[in-house]
This record gives sequence, C-alpha cells and structure tokens, in this order.
Amino acid sequence: MINLNVNGKTQQIDADPATPLLYVLRDHLQLDGAKFGCGLGQCGACTVLVEGRAVLSCVTPISTLGERRVTTLEGLGTPDKPGRMQRAFIAEQAAQCGYCIPGMIMQAQALLEANPRPSPAEIRKHMSPNLCRCGTHMRILRAVERAAREP
Amino acid sequence: MNRRAFIARGGALIVSFSLFARLAGAQAGKLPGSLNNEPMLDAWIRVGADSRITVFTGKAELGQGIKTALIQVAAEELVVEPGAIELVTADTARTPDEQYTAGSQSMQESGTAILHAAAQVRAVLADLAAKRLGIPAERLTIRDGAINGIRYGELVAGQALHVRAQPKSPLSDPTARRVMGKPLPRVDIPAKVFGQAIYVQDLRLPGMVHARVLRPPSYGARLRALDAGALAKMPGLLKVVRDGSFVALVAEREFQAVAAVRAAAKAAQWDERATLPDPQQLYETIRRLPSQDTVIHEAGKAGAGAGMIEAEYRRPYQMHASIGPSCAVGLYRDDALTVWTHSQGVYPLRGAIAEMLAMPKERVRCIHMEGSGCYGHNAADDAAADAALVARALPGRPVRVQWMREEEHAWEPYGPAMLSKARARVDASGKVEDFQYEVWSNTHSTRPGPAGYLAPAWHLEKPFAPPPPRPIPQPTGGGDRNAIPLYRFANSRVVHHFVTEMPLRVSALRALGAYMNIFSIESFMDELASAARADPVEFRLRHLEDARAQAVVRAAAERFGWAAYRKQPGRGRGFGFARYKNLAAYTAVACEVEVDRDSGRVRVTRAVAANDSGDIVNPDGIANQIEGGIVQSISWTLHEAVSFDRARITSVDWSGYPILRFPDLPDSVEVQLINRPGQPFLGTGEAAQGPTAAALANAFADASGVRIRELPLNPARVRQALGF
Amino acid sequence: MRPLVALGIVAACAACAAPDPVPPSAAPARASFDRALIAKGAQLAAIGNCQVCHTAAGGKSFAGGRPLETPFGTMYGTNITPDPDTGIGGWSEEAFSRALREGVDREGRHLYPVFPYEYYTRLTDEDIKALYAYIATREPVRAQNRPHELRPPYNVRALVGVWKTLYFERGAFQPDRARSAPWNRGAYLVGALGHCSACHTPRNFLGAEKKSERFSGGEAEGWHGPALNALSPSPLPWYAEQLFKYLRTGLDDLHAIAAGPMEPVVRNLARVPEDEVRAMAVYLEALAGQPSEERRKKAEAALALAKTAQRGEGRGAELYAGACGACHDQGRAASSGGALHLALGTVMTIPTSSNLLRITLEGIAPPEGEPGRAMPGFASALTDGQVRDLMAYIREHFGRAPAWNDVDDELKKIREGRK
Repeated sequence: MINLNVNGKTQQIDADPATPLLYVLRDHLQLDGAKFGCGLGQCGACTVLVEGRAVLSCVTPISTLGERRVTTLEGLGTPDKPGRMQRAFIAEQAAQCGYCIPGMIMQAQALLEANPRPSPAEIRKHMSPNLCRCGTHMRILRAVERAAREP
Repeated sequence: MNRRAFIARGGALIVSFSLFARLAGAQAGKLPGSLNNEPMLDAWIRVGADSRITVFTGKAELGQGIKTALIQVAAEELVVEPGAIELVTADTARTPDEQYTAGSQSMQESGTAILHAAAQVRAVLADLAAKRLGIPAERLTIRDGAINGIRYGELVAGQALHVRAQPKSPLSDPTARRVMGKPLPRVDIPAKVFGQAIYVQDLRLPGMVHARVLRPPSYGARLRALDAGALAKMPGLLKVVRDGSFVALVAEREFQAVAAVRAAAKAAQWDERATLPDPQQLYETIRRLPSQDTVIHEAGKAGAGAGMIEAEYRRPYQMHASIGPSCAVGLYRDDALTVWTHSQGVYPLRGAIAEMLAMPKERVRCIHMEGSGCYGHNAADDAAADAALVARALPGRPVRVQWMREEEHAWEPYGPAMLSKARARVDASGKVEDFQYEVWSNTHSTRPGPAGYLAPAWHLEKPFAPPPPRPIPQPTGGGDRNAIPLYRFANSRVVHHFVTEMPLRVSALRALGAYMNIFSIESFMDELASAARADPVEFRLRHLEDARAQAVVRAAAERFGWAAYRKQPGRGRGFGFARYKNLAAYTAVACEVEVDRDSGRVRVTRAVAANDSGDIVNPDGIANQIEGGIVQSISWTLHEAVSFDRARITSVDWSGYPILRFPDLPDSVEVQLINRPGQPFLGTGEAAQGPTAAALANAFADASGVRIRELPLNPARVRQALGF
Repeated sequence: MRPLVALGIVAACAACAAPDPVPPSAAPARASFDRALIAKGAQLAAIGNCQVCHTAAGGKSFAGGRPLETPFGTMYGTNITPDPDTGIGGWSEEAFSRALREGVDREGRHLYPVFPYEYYTRLTDEDIKALYAYIATREPVRAQNRPHELRPPYNVRALVGVWKTLYFERGAFQPDRARSAPWNRGAYLVGALGHCSACHTPRNFLGAEKKSERFSGGEAEGWHGPALNALSPSPLPWYAEQLFKYLRTGLDDLHAIAAGPMEPVVRNLARVPEDEVRAMAVYLEALAGQPSEERRKKAEAALALAKTAQRGEGRGAELYAGACGACHDQGRAASSGGALHLALGTVMTIPTSSNLLRITLEGIAPPEGEPGRAMPGFASALTDGQVRDLMAYIREHFGRAPAWNDVDDELKKIREGRK
C-alpha cells in the first residue's frame, strides 16, 4: 500500500511501486485529466504538478512521490469553481480535439506559479515539451497570456 | 414566394411564421443532404413530452466542433436555445447511417439534413398547434420552444414526427439569424478543460479489464514461438488470447497489461521478411510500379514544343500520429457485441467487425466516443477490432485495448508517398497554356468496409486479406483530389496514375491527395508566374473565373499587405490558393518565412488566410479549423516524413518523427472569413493544408532564391539545397 | 622575491611586445570567392565547431552572444559575421589568419585562449584561406559583442601575453610518416581543427592543458570529457567503426549517446564528408591503443551484465525499475531512438557523477525539427535523496566501480543552474 497526496487528499493505492503515476491517477483514482500520449516522456499529455513543478506522470513511478503534493487538472478547478487557467482556455476556445489540453494547462500553470509575468518568448520556450497535433498552439498561447494578465 | 417577416424584439426569441416561407431544398426528387439516405424526420429529431429535444447525427465529433455547429443549426430552425438540445452522435443503434465523418462533408451532409429536418419539424409542430387552436399557422407565434405558449412537448404525441421529409423546407431567413452565424462557444470544451471522462480512453465499465496486443515488429512478421511460461508469473495476468499470430495479454490493471506485453515481447520470436522498398529509391519505385492510368481531365489539346517549363514534385509517407494513441472498449455478452470506438465510421466498422467475427451485423453495435484528433483513417478501427477479438474471448467482461505510441506510429495507415509532374508554357500575353499534370499515388482509402482492411485480421489463424484497392472517383478523387486546377488554362490535360501495390500501409490522411496536388500545382504556378514576370497573386487572378475564388485571393493578399511588402534579408513571401475538391471551401493563404542558411531552419513568421465556406454556422469554429489546418500543414511541410528500412518502420515515436513545436510557431496566424448566408455549407476541415504548403514553399523560394520541390523542407534538405 | 620579479619582467616584456593592429579593410565581395573554396571552408568550420561558440541559443548564426562558463568567469562568444561595425567585416584575410595562428585580433589585442587558437595555430594556409572564404560570406548581422565577465586579474587582457609565453606553442601540424594517411588526416583534424583535447585533457590552475596528460580526461561547461587514450573508462573498447558511428550519428549502441557539449559536435560532423569522420575515428582508435588483458576481461563482464535482466535490491533498484527500466531494459523496443543499456555506457564509469546527473535531470532532446534521440528529464520528478540513491545504484550495479564522492556537489551545482 502506498499513500499519495493527490489534490490535497491522501489516497491509499494498492499497486506495484514501479507503476507510473499516470496509470494510478487514471485507473485507480478515476482522475482522467492526465492523458496517455506516449508513455515515453516525449509528448507532455500526462503532465501533472508535483510540489508545483511540472512532471511527466507517465515516467514517474509512484514510489518516488512520498508525501509530495500531486496536483492534477481536477485540482485546479471544477465547473462550479473554475481555475484561472481553465477559465482562460474556455474564453479563448483553446482546443480542437482537446486531448493535449490538460497537459498544456498543467504545464502553463507551473510556469505562472514560478513566473507570474512571462514574456511571449518565455511562454513558447516553457511550453515546448508539450505537443499538439491539431495545430491549436496559437490559441493555447493566447490562453496562457490571458491567464497571466488576470490579477 | 413570400418572404417571411421576422420581428426581432429586443432579446426575445420571437418568430412570426408563415407557411409560404422561403422554401429551399434539393434537386427534384432528391432530399437535402443525408435526408436522402434517411428520410424519416424522427430519425433526426425527437421531441420528448418534457419538451427536451434530441437531435441525432450519424457524424462524430473529432474535435472539429461539429457537435456545436449541428446544435446551432437545429436550434436555429427549431427556435430554441442551444442548451435545450441534446445531440446524439454516431451510434449504430440510435443514429442515421452517415457512413464516415470524413472528406469535410459533415456540414454538407449532416448539417444540411438537420437544417431541413428541423425546419420541417417546426412546420409539423406548427400544423399541430394550428389544428389545436383553430388559428391559421401563419398567425402563430413561435418563441423559445413553444407555439402560442404551448410547449412543443405538449403538441407532439405518438408518431407525429414519424413522417417522411419533403424535398423543400421552410428555412428561416438567413439575414435574421439568432444562433447560426454566431461564435457560440463549443459545447464540448468545458468538459475537456475540467478533465471529465468524455474520451473513449476515459471509459470505465464495471468489471472492465485491460488488454495489450503483442504487435508484430514489421508488416511481414509471423510469430514463430512464444514461450508462455515466461508470462505465467506476470502479476494480474488473466488470460493470453491467441489466434494465429494475434496475441493479446489481458490483465486486471492497466500497468499489469503493459508489463505483461513487455515480457511477451522479450519472449517472442518472429520470422521477419524484408517487404519494404529501398527508402533511397522511394520515388523511382513509385514511378515504376504498375498503375491504372486515367485521363481525368482534358480540355483542348495540350501539346509540347518550345518554352515548356517542367517540374517534378515529391511527397513522402506522412502520419496521422494522433496525440492520443487509439483505444477501444469491447463487451461481448449474450451473442452480441458492443464496441465503444473513436472510428470515423461506426456503420462501416460494424460491418467489418461482423465479417471478421462471422457474426450477423445486427448483433454488433458500434458507439462513437471521442478520441484525440484522428485527421483521417488512423488506428481507431484496428483498436476496435482488437477489442472485439479479445472481448469475444472473455464474454461478459468489458475489455479495454489501448494502443501504445510505438504501435500507433508503426501500424497506422499513412498518407501515401506521391510523385507529380507538371508541364506548361506561358504564352505571349502571359497566360498559361498546354498545362499537363500527372500524379502517381496509391489509394487514399483502405477504410473498413471490408474486414480485410482491419490490421488485426491479417494476423489471425484464418487471416483476412485486404481486397484490391480502388480509386475514389472524381470529382472528389483520392490521390487525384485537386489534381485538376480551378484555373482556366487554354489546353490542359490531367492524368492520374493509380498505383495499386502498397508497400507501406496507406489510407486517408486529411486532405488526401489535395495536400500534395495543391502543393505541386501552386508551386508550379509560381514557377510559371516567374517565367511570365508576373506577380504571383495577379497571375492567379488572371486565370480565375470563379468570383468567390477571386474574392478569397484578394482578401488574403490585401490582409497580408502583399502589394506593399518589402523583403528583408533572409525572408520572403509566398501565396497559395485552392478550392478544396473544387467543390468545397475556398482558401487562400499568404505567408512570410525566414530562412537560416546555416542551420537550414525555416520558420513561418506570419500567415494570413482568407476562407469562404458558404453559409457560416460558427465563425469561430471555422477560424479554429483554418488556423489549426495552417499550423498542422506547416508541421507536415517542414518536418514530417515516415522513415523505414527494408523490413521495418523506424520512426516509431516522437523522437523519430519530429513535428512542429511551440518555439517554431509563426508570430501570428490570421484568418479572414467571408460569410455567404443562405448559400450551401461548404466543408472547411481540409481546406487549409494544401494552400499553406504551397505558400510556404513559394515563400522559401522567394527568401532563398532556391526552389525545393520535395517535401518536407526539413533542415537537412534545406542545407543541401542552399549549400553554403 | 626573485620569482615575482621574474614574472614582472616577463609580464612587462609581454606587454611591450603587443602586436600591431592590422588596418581595417573593406569586406571583400561575396562573388570574389571561389565557390569550391567556400564549400571547403564550410566543412572545415563544421569540424572546428565555429558556429557552436559563436551563436547564441535561438540566435542568428555566428552573431555571437553565447555564454561560455570557465573557471575564470563567464565569457561570451563574439560576432564573427561580416558586419563591418559589430562583426569582423573589417578583417582582411591577414587579420583573420593572425587570429587563428597567433591568437591576436585585428586591433592587436590578445585573444583569450578560450578561443582555441592553440589548436588552430596548426592549420595549413590553404585551410585558413578556405575558412576565411566561408566566414567572410556569412549573412552579416548587426549585434554588439557582450563584454566578458571575468574575475580579476583575468580581466586584464594584456596578461594573456604572459599566458602565451608560458603555454602557447605555435607551429604547423607535423605528419607522422610512420603512420597511414587516414591516421594523419585524423590527427590533423582532431588536433588542429576539432580541438578535442581542449575538453578531453586536464588543465592547470591557469587553464592550460597539462601536456603530459593529453587526452586523459577533461571538463567542459560542467560536463566531463572522458579519457580518449589508454585511460579510457568505457566498459567496452571503442573500435574505429563504432567511433565513426558515434561521431556521425551521436549514438553507438554499445557505448554512448552524445550529450551536453558533444551534441552540437556530432550534429556538425553529420554534415561533413564521411571520409573525414572516418579518419578521425582511425586516429582516436589508435590513441586508445590496444586494450589490455584487464580491460578485455572487464568488457566481457559488462556484456554479460547487459544480457541479464537481473535487478538489484533496495531503494535505488526500485527507483530504477520504475523510472528507467521501461526504456533501458531489453524487450519491447522503447523508441526509435533506442535506449542505451547502462552496463555498457561510458558515463557510468567516468570518475565523476556530473554527466550521469546532468543526463538524468535534464534529459536529452533531439535538435529542433530533426529526428534524434530523446530522453525525458527527471529534475522535477525526483527529490535530491532519490537522485542520490539512484546514482549510487547505477554506479554500483552497472558501473561496477567505487562510489562517486562528488554527487552532492554536482547535484547542488545543477540545482542552482551552474555549470
């Protein structure tokens, strides 16, 4: 049994300690925000925050987490109380298929927590590990800029 | 015909309805759009006793915003708020059969059907109200789902909507719209942004188990031996399903299935064959393979002679490479099978799976759930076939099959490698004549359909062989899509060489042959314009007779600032135009690139597009598709090519198949929309890819003075072309 | 007192003997250069890696601005585009040649030896001519040079004259008649142009190569350059074909993946004629010499370890299984890049943990838009304690060598973003 702190709650997980966090989030905890994109740490669709830093959950075994706080997309906000980044993505209609978007939101969230007023070039550089196949990039950038402008 | 008068009273949804309204419809005898295949109104629209409206479409949400657009269409004609409508998408048990969500046909087929069906449902309801109230229908007030205060649900009873559609419908006034033409926010985005379980990858059913398929390492591989003993100790392993070379590992938990298939890969021995062509000789191979040659267009007699300009263009295999690898869930129970899938065509898929399992079609149900963007025929149908095969081996338990990244990259059907050749001359007045164009291509469709097009079926003990491919006929075309230019040339001839042998697995990738043909023809137009010493935009206008085509060309050029453009060192501009399939949306793209000679890096700095998609239902939806199409095309054009050796596909992950990333994006992408209310809907989803590729290649030539005719314009090719 | 006086006299002499400026000249017309010469210059510049130090990340080629961390402070690559005001557009071929041969700029000032003229001095006249043709025909870019940030007294440029007196050996490359033509070509390319020993040789407190220990291992920007001579730490000896493959593609499955400062080197070598890289491989193979009996035994043991799936015990082993094993164990090909088996990798056996730490924390990314090898970075995923456990496990289980004693220091450097 491994205890994980996910979105502020302690969860008891019965799984092999080598299991990557992504599978635990989705299969054990039904937190479907983080997505399986490659399992190789190459696309960013599985991005979550660990102590506020962006982490690729598909290559992070749960044995490494300890008490560190894991934040997923669901932890940023809900339809009733949306988070700043989520509001911005909806306002900019920054999605086509939407599959990469949770990873994008988490990656952007990590940026704004570390650097509240990033330049457009800094945003592009920071987001570069995250892939989007539909070509929604311009709207994603606008959404991040919009969220950054919010006080 | 009387024009219906609409009175919009500030904020209220009030419509005065006249029976003698504008009646619009399809050609004599035919019903509009997909109504022609499914004419019963209640197959499309149901009104519950609680007045809740359910609209059914055979199309699927692929991330292109079709759900929202169709809801807008229905809400407009039914005079309700969009929120009052529930839209049910592609489900073989519930919705009309609209074949595939493909070819940018959704608005033309389903949108048109729903537009007319909704208008006719409104007319039926109005009739019912008129009878009940004893008031002539044209004096009724329809407001927000009620007629003279009587809610729709109270009017409709029994089989009231079980009527055949009429060829003509009382459509609302396109100049006074409430919902259509407005940028209604996408109905599916909030769930995506809050992480709600809406993708097929998110589906969890009670008792569900996880499976992974031991995919062969190459097309020609056959399983020689699998040491099952090595798998016996894998934790959580429930079953090893084996049928010939088809092997699936089933486990309780997903990671257990992943671990099991990795163990199986170590324990398996394969016999492999070298079935792939020499990658260094790809285009010569294509040219020499046997082909069915068809003259698809001939005007006058295109000749030869002095002053002919000639050019050949090349395009490699390219991937869909969907960001979310394919997935499906299958449940076999009581001799019936249900498959949840992100296939673009649930009805044809149902037929293929039924054939593969030797089951009656009626006992198979395929339900569409969203996957990630597919951009055509990717591995979705194969994942569905996997799930069906494994589910049958575990009756009563839902089985989830998730493809891994390497499988998706290696096994999905690619956009075919193509070769083209263009010849023409410019006459003394600067107009093109003797235009000859040839294109060599495999088929662009191996969609199931037949079970033989499901990859898992190839590996069964009793395998299904893919049937011989057939070309998609003109005017739509496959490899020859947009091979016939929209321009008016004196004397022209276009030949399609349909190459039947497919050394790599191929099928429909967004825009099909149009991407390559527009890249080729529009690059060639610039080469001709150069020979005529003409401005590329003016040269195109010279040969266009279609007023809507001229309008998008002018709009894009103007918004880009084409006439006043000043070239800076290392930068250049380019233009591309096409009408998708010569039938669908018109798109013109102007862009500027910058070229770094030493690294070979090319970056689009600015892209400006103008688009005419007919009657716009959701302007933001169209803008989103065009912007996305431009960025996607930049990625294809600058980076993408499948790599392989004589036996295997070698680009099996993102590091081996690089795509565009954030730092390489343009500084800006602008889309100018031209709206044509009341005109037919024109498909937009694939309209930007071809013109963008051409604009990019033309801009590169302008910036560097060198023309590259082989895709992609990746750094290695650019460095080689530019030298030092 | 005497050594100090002597030093003072030397310094004074060195300062007095400051070279004359070469008058500025008009940039020669592009068309005046022979195309074949420019092409040759391009290849030589690739082997010499000029573009790497003289281009900022994301910046225009050769326009300068790239920081270079040295033990003496941060230096910034200069603008060597032919811009007349901010670049070297006013440099004649004579000035250019003097810079490469003597380490002196057009105005007569000493150049810091971070610019590797102690190697370029061995170039032939023809090669310098070709390099000039190439450099003089690049795209001019207007970009002011950023001043170096050197600690005193290293910021006193004139003292470089002293350094040169003590350490700089001028002179052309001398071929060895007893060796083959490819060996000599390789020796020239490695010694005069590639300046490989700059990063693969230990240096003294003034930053000069310890000549008696040439190729015994060095350091560059926080990374260790392994020994390339008989002291080579690779589990398996390198044969010329493998060296060629590594230098050409950045990956040899039995040895290493190019990381850190080697990444741009192999990218450049991918662009030059194969024969040149083969020659370098021939030279480097000979440099390591025939493997000793002990080395051969170690190699067999490493190969055997690579074949087993045997796992160790403890926290480090658990971390490895979950975070690394998916790609680095055999079975189900992890990616088209291919993940190196750690029993065979050189970074496991070098004297310092710095390379393995950097690769683990920062990952490896292929160049933008080009296919290559990719590995995710684990900087945010792992705590420092976990990193230590993992390094210790990998060193012991795969490197089969005594524990590193610099993990804490190197980890601190990396976390602080230092080199």
